[in-house]
Amino acid sequence: MKNHRMLFGLQLAFTLAVCAFLIVPVVLSILAGLTSNYFVGLESGLTLRWVFEVWDGYRDTIFRSIGIALACLLVTLVLGVPTAYVLTRSGSRLSRLVEELLMLPIAVPGLATALALISAYGGMGGFRTSWTFILVGHVLFTLPFMVRSVLAVLASIDLTTLEEGAASLGASFRQRFFDIVLPNCRNGILAGSLMVVTLSIGEFNLTWLLHTPLTKTLPVGLADAYASLRLEIGSAYTLIFLLMIVPLLLAMQAFARPRPRRFISDDPVPESK
Amino acid sequence: MTLATSPKPLSISLQSCAKTFGDGTRVLEPLNLDIRAGETLVLLGPSGCGKTTTLRLIAGLEQPDAGGRVLFDGVDVTTQSIESRNVGMVFQSYALFPNMTVAENVGYGLRIRKRPVAEQRTRVAEMLAMMRIEALADRSIDQLSGGQRQRVALARALAVQPRALLLDEPLTALDAQLRDALRVEINQLLRELGITAIYVTHDQTEAMALGDRIIVMSHGRVAQTGTPREIYHQPASPFVAGFIGTMNRLSGEMGPNGFICAAGIVPWQGGHSAASEILFRPEDVRIAGAGEHADLVGTVAAAFFLGDRTRLFIDVGDRQPLVVESMARCTLQLGEAVRMRVDPQGVLDLSSHRASH
Repeated sequence: MKNHRMLFGLQLAFTLAVCAFLIVPVVLSILAGLTSNYFVGLESGLTLRWVFEVWDGYRDTIFRSIGIALACLLVTLVLGVPTAYVLTRSGSRLSRLVEELLMLPIAVPGLATALALISAYGGMGGFRTSWTFILVGHVLFTLPFMVRSVLAVLASIDLTTLEEGAASLGASFRQRFFDIVLPNCRNGILAGSLMVVTLSIGEFNLTWLLHTPLTKTLPVGLADAYASLRLEIGSAYTLIFLLMIVPLLLAMQAFARPRPRRFISDDPVPESK
Repeated sequence: MTLATSPKPLSISLQSCAKTFGDGTRVLEPLNLDIRAGETLVLLGPSGCGKTTTLRLIAGLEQPDAGGRVLFDGVDVTTQSIESRNVGMVFQSYALFPNMTVAENVGYGLRIRKRPVAEQRTRVAEMLAMMRIEALADRSIDQLSGGQRQRVALARALAVQPRALLLDEPLTALDAQLRDALRVEINQLLRELGITAIYVTHDQTEAMALGDRIIVMSHGRVAQTGTPREIYHQPASPFVAGFIGTMNRLSGEMGPNGFICAAGIVPWQGGHSAASEILFRPEDVRIAGAGEHADLVGTVAAAFFLGDRTRLFIDVGDRQPLVVESMARCTLQLGEAVRMRVDPQGVLDLSSHRASH
């Protein structure tokens, strides 16, 4: 009994130590962004000055990031959901291959993807300097996540029979797609959407090469701030980033949770009077 | 009742409908089939016999190979998609939409047809009442049991007043007791509605209970077409005989007084025959009374007490033991000698069909 309790105590202590190891830097970073003078320490007092400074200097990168993330979401929805549907319905060897190919942008380092994009399209001046150039990189990187999460949901339902059922009731392809297919992969679409937005907002590897001084995104701005400005400003920037991203992560968690399945027995059959 | 379906039941005919899949597998040999208006036709056979493919051809979910035609009341609908054929379908897996409630599922076909909302509501209520599932109207699909799901599926298929009802193994996913109950219910429903119904199953009991006519299929071909009685009492081939019910087989040769086999002589009234095998059903054999003449003699190999009767397996020196059912209290012991009489009317000779199978 005593041994058990000691073992539990040790495990708890170890777990807490690991948590602390991971959380302390985050807390320090947040504090740094709120401290008047980080080198003096907390005695110098807390302030929102750095946060406002970031807001003034980098507001545009924040809005640009949000804009790109939403555009990226729109494109991955329009491309990804039908792709997942077709992959599910066809089920041929070719579609398995396409599924694997879609994963490629995740496996290939973002730098390589970015360099490939620049060498291919860098010469198109207007495109190269516009935010859509970054969008293309983000879509390449996030599309697999959308396709995968919709695929996972579609694979768990007997889509073919559901569609046949709808067709037998007179539903055209368009009606079946909007009445049956889309609502039934809603959870996959939601999970994929949150994933895409989160990844797009935080994307650095690709964006670092694809951006121009006029098309900085939030993470690029963050690197910029840490590299060239006071540590407090960089930290305040991190704080703003966290405020944006944490609610998204929480929402993602909530949607990713599988719904509990109830087991329904056939007896007794409740008959209406 | 207010169940009025389409005003006139539909007659369906398939003309040389064959089906070959993309990989070259022939699942259905050219099939000619006439389904009368208002009848319940059962397609019966083991898996892979082509029965589901036939149903899907009628539904419009599959296209026959070139040359095949599907006619509804004489009108060629071969190129029409399922959406425009207006046939109700009930699937083994129910195929209910999980994103809709029971009432929404039942009303979906009416919604697609853009019927007035009030009419939709009335019709849905009617269908729910007919299937006795009014209390489930607002439930979601995953809150239903298998039996309830199949009722919803039936209500949904019938709500749009289809020209015909196609059922693909609707009871297979249910447990035995519920299957029996729902089978009775479906039977009543089909009789009341007078709708043309095509019912696919591999369960011969279901086929016998539901079908006005049964089509027994095997390897993509029709093995026999007939009423349940014809199929049972006059099987056209050894395959049909073996697939429907239990059939005893004895090998031997025809003699002047009957069919001579290892265990005795089976009476034969069928005239000249060169049969080397005869068949008869368990109910056409009985244990001979004391002092009574016996046709066959054997020994008890196994006995199963079934409550209302005892099923005996009797070794008669052939490959398979005879199956005999004893209705009376049976006190026969294993290894005991049994004397049996065979009803000559139940003895079949299907040897002429051997070659064709």
